[in-house]
Order: sequence, then structure tokens, then C-alpha cells
Amino acid sequence: MTDQTEEKFYDKKISRRQMLKYTGAGAAGVAIGASGLGSVLKVFGMVEEEDNPRSKNKITFYGKHQSGIATECQSYVYFASLNVLVNSQQELMDLFQMWTPISVRMMNGEQIDGQTSNMLIPAKDTGEAVGLDASNLTLTFGVGPSLFEKESLGLASKKPAELKDLPHFPKDQLDPAYTGGDICIQACADDPQVAFHAVRNLVRAASGKVSLKWTQAGFNSYPMKGKKKETPRNLFAFKDGSVNPNGSKEAEMNEVAWIDAGRSKGWMTNGTYMAVRRVQMHLETWDRTALQEQEATFGRHRDTGAPIGKEKEMDEVDLDEKDANGEYVISEASHVRLAKKSKQKIYRRSFSYSSGVMDSTGTFDAGLLFISFQKDPKQFIAIQNSFGREDKLNEYITHRGSALFACFPGVQKGGFIGDTLFSII
Amino acid sequence: MNKTLVTAFALTTGILLSGCGTAEETTEKAPAATEEVDLTTETEAYKEFALEQMDEFVMDTEKFVTAVKAGDIEGAKEIYPIARMYFERSEPIAESFGDLDPRIDARLADVQEEGEGEEDWSGYHKIEYGLWVENTTDGYAEIADQLLKDAKELRARVETVEVSPDLMITGAVDLLNEVSTSKITGEEEIYSHTDLYDFKANIEGAEKIFEILKDKMAAKDQQLVEELETKFQTINSLLAEYEDGNGGYISYEELTKEDTKSLSEAVNQLGEPLSMMGIVTE
Repeated sequence: MTDQTEEKFYDKKISRRQMLKYTGAGAAGVAIGASGLGSVLKVFGMVEEEDNPRSKNKITFYGKHQSGIATECQSYVYFASLNVLVNSQQELMDLFQMWTPISVRMMNGEQIDGQTSNMLIPAKDTGEAVGLDASNLTLTFGVGPSLFEKESLGLASKKPAELKDLPHFPKDQLDPAYTGGDICIQACADDPQVAFHAVRNLVRAASGKVSLKWTQAGFNSYPMKGKKKETPRNLFAFKDGSVNPNGSKEAEMNEVAWIDAGRSKGWMTNGTYMAVRRVQMHLETWDRTALQEQEATFGRHRDTGAPIGKEKEMDEVDLDEKDANGEYVISEASHVRLAKKSKQKIYRRSFSYSSGVMDSTGTFDAGLLFISFQKDPKQFIAIQNSFGREDKLNEYITHRGSALFACFPGVQKGGFIGDTLFSII
Repeated sequence: MNKTLVTAFALTTGILLSGCGTAEETTEKAPAATEEVDLTTETEAYKEFALEQMDEFVMDTEKFVTAVKAGDIEGAKEIYPIARMYFERSEPIAESFGDLDPRIDARLADVQEEGEGEEDWSGYHKIEYGLWVENTTDGYAEIADQLLKDAKELRARVETVEVSPDLMITGAVDLLNEVSTSKITGEEEIYSHTDLYDFKANIEGAEKIFEILKDKMAAKDQQLVEELETKFQTINSLLAEYEDGNGGYISYEELTKEDTKSLSEAVNQLGEPLSMMGIVTE
């Protein structure tokens, strides 16, 4: 293996343009240390890339946590669940290593490779993001339980006990075409083409090493109050995420999402669990439901987002309040009551989707690509179980897809995506 | 020169994909011209291969036409997929004749796309329709005669083709694209469902080009050569699973969705490294 690796390294050609760039003379002017070119070349035939602080609308790649989790939610997602085709741990490691500089470059708003000078071969970068800036692109990588079950990868001992397929929940109608996966890539950006380009290029660069299992594009739109983004509405027109923890507050994220040392397998420290659910929303039935019933279903007012009987979105949800007839103001089967009853917190980062027509019914295939982050999948499971069969919302939604991924901690300079999985027991 | 080329290309894609970008953005980074590498031996070898295939194609087409004219439906059905394989293997060259290729190989859908009617349809697929749908050869004698004439003309014209490295490199990828867009979907042989024969022949055509260029490529990138060898092996052993035991392939209709998916993925995994063969010109 070592021999091969070295061979790759010596074979790697560096174009003059790249040389200029890495020695600081190029337009992009990536600064490097006095030790020069050698230090920025990795043994793996790849060039170590750095965050370019001068890139426009850029989110930092390197750090304690991966991007795309605490990052303020962008308008678009392109989510991909992949199966791995490689048959050894070394090849899997090579894959993540190969993805690292590409990811940094794309998050810098740059093409994944320098210009090709040979017109008889295709360009390395597929090119549709040329001329667009980084658009706040974030890339979040995770691994699913099935990855650890592949004997050839020898990762069985690294599998955290809590990383397993989500249990069956009442009314689940899971479609294998939207379920599971060995690896996930969540690409979020404020430009849909930038998000798609990122996944497309990562998958293309990994040709023969991964295969697409399922993908889903999604969107969010934020009403603006002055310069402040308000809570976005889902396709049922209700505000989604009113009680979400604040991603920019480390303390809140520590409480809900970031895994502290000793809680899970060592390699998961500063990582998190991502639950993904593809929830079809039956728009046609919802749209013929009386407004009062719609509001009772969520337990909130549609326009303001305020809890039933309250005026403002952020007003406290009072589950005990009763009306003149002695009935709960927030009905017993309402979504908000059941969620709160679980006493669990998760960090949600969902997107709406619309994907054409349901073959079987001729209705919209639209809904919510629900994504939540939590330090233990139990948090999500408890909430979902609390909804159970009671949740009024069940009448209008069907869970069609499901996956759980262990998202790595962030990447340190010199390291690569997911390196802790391979280095820490 | 190069700049013009890129502009022209950008304009074309602009029209096709109704792209909103400006041509200038694309030309700005026009890559430098590629240096010439002597590939005469290789292009000659490929031409020889194409001519061999054409010889076989004419001979088998003659057998096919004889069977059709003799009313031997079963005999014609047997020769049909085999004869076509010679054509499919050398398609990068055959298709360079814009008039002959459709006369020999057009599907009804291709003819209709050109705004023409069924009466303008000729060649292999027309007779395929007679054999498999109408179960007859009656009324196909004239079309059969024309097919043989066209096959012979194609053979004669291939003699005149100047094979360039570009034709080979682009041709190999085109062969795989053919597989990905029409063979894997069963759209090539909609009556006979012998798509897997064409599939195999396209792969063999691409593999031949790779074999010819292999030594020169190895000097530039040994790893790429090894990768391509593995990927060709993968697709070939996958295809072998669908052999019918009589030297042929099972009907496309017998393939499940999972089968076509795994075949398609294997073709794509071969296509990605195959598209790098152009390094041989560097």
C-alpha cells in the first residue's frame, strides 16, 4: 500500500498555474509557510487546501465541529445517501482523504481542480458552479450503521451502540428507495446549483468507490424582518422550528447536539447524530381541512405561529391551560403538545421538498426532508414515540424515508474528513 | 484557433441547454493546445480492426438478407443479433457517415424524430419489426436488398476514413454513452429485445480501443491502465451472467430493475476512467 501511495505522489503533476498559486503568487494567493511547496503536498497525491478567508459568502471548513450543523440554515439542501463499494479500510480512508481538499475548495467557491490543458479529456470539475460564489456552502458527512456491518472494512469494533436503524414508528410506510445508506453527504447552500454541484462532484470523484442510494433536494424560504431571518414555514404553511435551540450558542448546542468526551465512542467526540426522515405531506387533504382544524392539529396559530390562544410566536406553550368548557386549549393530540410532552430536545434543520407526482395517487410528492441533530438518537426516538398514534398530524403525513448517520467531529488542519474514525479507538 | 473552438462550443451548448451564461466566461480560460504525440501505429491498428469488423458485417448481412429473402424467419432471427454486433463494435467509424448510418441502423423513433414517416424507414430495425412483430419476411425483400447494398457501401467508405486519435478517444466514450442511453434502457432492440448483444459489442468496441492505446497510456499513467483493466473485467463478468448458454444473451425483457441498475452502474464506473484516455496524447 505504502509503495502505491508514494507512486501516486510522485506521479502527481502540478501545473504551473497551481505552482504559482501555492507559492503565493497566484491570484487566489493562498498563503503557505516558509517550508514551501513540499509542506503543502500530502503524501496522498493531493494538495492540502485551506479555507480562503477572502472568498465571498464563505463558511469555514476546518474546525471543532463539521459545518452545516450549527451553521445558520441556508435556503437549499442537496442530500445524498451513498453506499460504499470499496472493500478495505484503507480504501475507505483514501476516499475521505480524497474528498477533503475537494470539499475545502468547493466551500471556498473554487473549482475542484486547476484547468485542464488537454482538450481530449473532460474537466475535473463539472463546472456548473463557475462564476457563482461559495454561497455559504456547507458539507456535512456522516456514516450509517450499515457501514460497520461490512466485514471487509473491519470497523465493527468502532460502532457506537446507539448507532442503529431507527425503530419502526406507528404509521411509518418506509420505502427502501429512501431509507438508510452507508455514508451521507448533506450539502447546504444559498444557491441550489452550488449545493447540487458539490454532491455531484464528490460522487463523480468517487466513481467506483461509492454508489448513489438515494438523494433529495430541498428548500427553505425565510421571511425577513428587517435584516433578521424569521422562522420559515413548511408546506402546510406553519412555522417550523420555533423552539429550536440557537445554533450560534455553543452552550445550547452542547446541551442538545454535540457529543461530549466519554459519551460515545471516542471518535464521535464533538460529532453528533443526524436523523433524516423523508416525510410526505398530503397537501391535497390538508388544503381541504378547515383552518380551525389545521391550527388544532399543530397546536399553533397559522399566521402568527403563536401557541393557540397566544399572540406571539415565542410565547410560552402552556399545556395546562383550559377553556371555558374545561377542554385543553392546546388539544391533547396536537403536534406541539406531544412534542413537548416528550421532554426531549433536538436541533432541527429541515427543508421542504417537492419531487414531482406520486405514481400511485397522482398527487404531489411533496413534504419535509426532516433533519435533526442530537447527541443521542434516543432524543429523536422519544419525541417520535410521543407522537405515536395520537398525533393529529398523522392524518396528513406519511413517513416514507428514514436514516440515521453518525456525523464526524470537525476536521483539523492537516487532517481529513472522518479521520477520527480511523485513528481513535 | 482554440479560442474559436471553445466559443463555438459554448454557443452550441448555450442553445441546447438554453444556458444563461455568456460565451466570454467560457473562453476566458481557454486551455492551451495539446502537443502532438505520434499515434500512427495505434490509429492504423484501429482502422485495421474496423475494416475487419466491416468485412464480417458485410458477410453476415449477406447471410441475413439471404435468409430474409428465402422466407427463413428463424434463420434470420438467429443471424440478426450476431450480424449487428460487428456494426456496433465499430460504431465510432460507422456513424461518421451521416447518411448511411440511419439507413442501416435507424429505429422507427429516429425516423419519426426527423419528421419522416414509416415509409422512409429502412434497414435492420425495419426487418426486425417484420421478423418479431409481424412474424413474416413477406414484403421485406426490397428492404433486405437495400440493406446489403448499404452495408457494402459502408465497408467501402470505411476504407477512406482517416482515423485520428481524437476519433478513437471520443469514440470509446461514445460507445459507452450508447450503452448508457439506449442499450441499458432496452430502446435499441424494442422488438427482438436482443439489446444485450449490442451492449456487449459496444463494450468490446471500447475495449479494443483501450487495448490499442494501452501501452502508450501505461507510460503516462500505469494506475489508470490498471483501473481500466479491472473495470472492463467487472462489466464483462457482469454481462457473462446473462449469457444464454448458446453463445448468446438472454432477452432484455428478462432483466429485472436491479439487473439493469447494476449493469448501468458498472458502465458508468468504467466510463469515468475511460474518459481520461485522452492523456495518451499529452
